[in-house]
Amino acid sequence: MSDQIILQLKGISKQFPGVKALDNVSLDVRKGEVHVLLGENGAGKSTLMKILSGVYKKDSGKIFLDGKEVEINSVNDAENLGIGIIHQEFNLLPHRDIAQNIFLGKEPTKRGPLGVKVLDKATMYSKCNELLKTVGIDLDSRILVKDLGIAQKQMVEIAKALSLANLKILIMDEPTATLTKGEIDKLFSIIRKYKSMGISIIYISHRMEEIQVIGDRVTVLRDGKYIGTVPVKETPPSELIRMMVGREITNLYKRDYNEPGPEALKVCNLSSRGKFKDVNFSVRRGEIVGFYGLVGAGRTEVAKAIFGEDKYDAGEILINGKKVKHHMPSQAVQNKMGLLPEDRRDEGLITKMLLKQNVVQASLRKVFPKGILNNKVESQIATKYITKLNIATPDENVVVASLSGGNQQKVVLAKWLLTDSEVLIFDEPTRGIDVGAKAEIYELMNDLAKSGKAIMMISSDLPEVIGLSDRIYVMYQGKIVAEFSHENASQERIVNFAIGRGDTL
Amino acid sequence: MKHNAIRFLLKYARFMILIILLIALSLLSPAFLTFTNIANVLGQASLLIIVSYGMTLAIVTKGIDLSIGSVLALSSCIAASIIKSQSIILGIIIGLLIGLLCGSINGIMITKIGLTPFIATYGMDWIARGLAYVYMGGTQIYGFDKAFRFFGSGQIMGIPVLVFEVIFITVVLCFLTYKTTYGRNIYATGSNIKATRLAGVNTDRMVISVFALNGLLAAIAGLLYISRLNAAEALIGTDFTLNSIAATLIGGTPFGGGEGGVARTVMGAIIMTLLINGMNLLEISSYWQTATVGFVILLSLFIENTSKNFLV
Ligand SMILES: Nc1ncnc2c1ncn2[C@@H]1O[C@H](COP(=O)(O)OP(=O)(O)OP(=O)(O)O)[C@@H](O)[C@H]1O
Ligand SMILES: [Mg+2]
Repeated sequence: MSDQIILQLKGISKQFPGVKALDNVSLDVRKGEVHVLLGENGAGKSTLMKILSGVYKKDSGKIFLDGKEVEINSVNDAENLGIGIIHQEFNLLPHRDIAQNIFLGKEPTKRGPLGVKVLDKATMYSKCNELLKTVGIDLDSRILVKDLGIAQKQMVEIAKALSLANLKILIMDEPTATLTKGEIDKLFSIIRKYKSMGISIIYISHRMEEIQVIGDRVTVLRDGKYIGTVPVKETPPSELIRMMVGREITNLYKRDYNEPGPEALKVCNLSSRGKFKDVNFSVRRGEIVGFYGLVGAGRTEVAKAIFGEDKYDAGEILINGKKVKHHMPSQAVQNKMGLLPEDRRDEGLITKMLLKQNVVQASLRKVFPKGILNNKVESQIATKYITKLNIATPDENVVVASLSGGNQQKVVLAKWLLTDSEVLIFDEPTRGIDVGAKAEIYELMNDLAKSGKAIMMISSDLPEVIGLSDRIYVMYQGKIVAEFSHENASQERIVNFAIGRGDTL
Repeated sequence: MKHNAIRFLLKYARFMILIILLIALSLLSPAFLTFTNIANVLGQASLLIIVSYGMTLAIVTKGIDLSIGSVLALSSCIAASIIKSQSIILGIIIGLLIGLLCGSINGIMITKIGLTPFIATYGMDWIARGLAYVYMGGTQIYGFDKAFRFFGSGQIMGIPVLVFEVIFITVVLCFLTYKTTYGRNIYATGSNIKATRLAGVNTDRMVISVFALNGLLAAIAGLLYISRLNAAEALIGTDFTLNSIAATLIGGTPFGGGEGGVARTVMGAIIMTLLINGMNLLEISSYWQTATVGFVILLSLFIENTSKNFLV
């Protein structure tokens, strides 16, 4: 890393209806550094990056690249300047294959019959395979995007950003939110490689431990304002958190381990061909049971099968000791189950609808038993959760799509907290949520467990799994390979099981 | 704020089109502002409005219903023969049930067999039309009782009964779609069926019920239609399917699902009817009429897109 400044943002402001998303924000990025952008949900990180990559227009401010002022009015402009971005939310076409997505708009061509330009499929697919190899994913470039898991989609997004020629600045907006340890390690080695080539990386993440590992300098934003830039090496995480939320967070994971009640959910020998096999586990009332594993280990698939969204071939599911079979999620909900899905935009939210409408969506029957909507009641409930979860929004009447990623996730949480579910499956509940809000959510989950709910928590955030769970199951290639109690859980052993090495003490 | 002015104009664009149409037509054609013509326009618009409501609901759930015209014909032909041979009440009930049945079958084909709405209802369109032909065997039924004729051609205080009926149906549907949890779930299903299903809504049931409601609305329109015509035959109602799509689009319900709604479609159907009525009065050839409707649909979609871009 040199001290040469390659990119400068000066006095950037941006106003959305009802929100000043950015207020006179400046940022310097050095050549070959990993510059971390830190801030609470809704602080303006994604907005700043969308301005830099030509998605949004700034209201005021200047951008300098290599010392020269540049105008960025479109995504194309940004790409031509060598600025690539991996967005927080996916931008892939589900019905096209991986290669078609990666080369969208820049497909390789060749001279065909009569000298017309035609798509050069062979080159496209071979180039794509090469690219996938650099990213370290073992996937055929002809697979349709809709058949990929969420982490695989993320890796495709990364490959897509890397396909840009003359790359100078690479923006990564929460690239690891959907990834587990293995892929994160791969991503970090890619980042190091690009760094050594002199490419600068702007990196956004809410995972504090990552910042120490990969970051060089950190810039903190709060409520759309610039707070400061500090070197990572000389700044302890507690100081970063203080800059970011304006207060200290001493104890992130707070759990009162109580004597658990009777078994609320029991799964016996559940199998689904190609997805998981002979899965046995139970969750008791008052327990939080963590599920850890790599992507594709089958955790989400098990959850969806229990919830009636996917079919399974064999096995039994018992709720409160009673055998159940859910053919569709509505039956699971009737049996007082709830599933907070991992993919908030496709599965968790109706982004066209208003915040308040999303909050009550899973509880319509409970909130309006007569079947008649009441605007006032809806607003009151939503307002309560906006306060409780500290959702950054002008009010409850905004379209969910206009919220920042982490705040959208809070809406999904609110939606399931409002239901009367006795058995809750949380699939990556704190994905994209800032530390301050995480602490609040962990406290909520602790309260839920205390009040006798049974919680199955799938998470790729290992400290979270260890810090919150009564017991932990580790899955590897569709099977449960280990179970830990919270007393004997160790990060290292869990990871070893998760990557299929078993217990190598 | 210049943008606000444009936004305002776009929002009320349809209303303004309607007013301009009304003024232009009354200036161009002296026959337009006569009582009989207005009554005629309202009567015509009523039937289109009713079937368009069904189409709108289908489109809101991200589907389409191409069988509306044929279901209308089949249910009204069978109803007509029963009304003639047995009783009015029985005929009406059977007619409505046939509509419900056809619609439910559409919904079941879409949800349980997995056909796309386009394919399922296209098939139903042929089947229902074919059955109507078989049933009628090329004959016509005409000359209904006065009591039955009242529903489609009667008047109360000089205003067609149809107008009151449409107002009633509009109120019911507006309530159902905008004020109930059922309506909320229709929109949710159309916007993101997966998220809605995972929130515990039986989305299959939602889709089936919407198509069943469609069939019912087609049957109601069919009954009113034969009552108004005082005759029934197998080939009636062929225009209704395409016209109802046009009315829905002109009204401002886009194909993407989860947006728009019946309140908008009223305007769309009235604009459609006025346009056609006006062109008839001005003796414009029917070829040009078709092209004009196409132009208005495109204009409407353009307004829709522009206003969307303005809102971001
Ligand atoms: N398209 C939009 N329309 C209206 N408001 C928006 C829009 N995009 C963002 N905002 C608002 O701007 C603010 C900043 O959002 P932004 O997405 O930049 O936050 P963020 O720092 O990336 O948060 P997160 O960590 O949750 O991703 C938020 O209050 C958000 O609600
Ligand atoms: Mg963001």
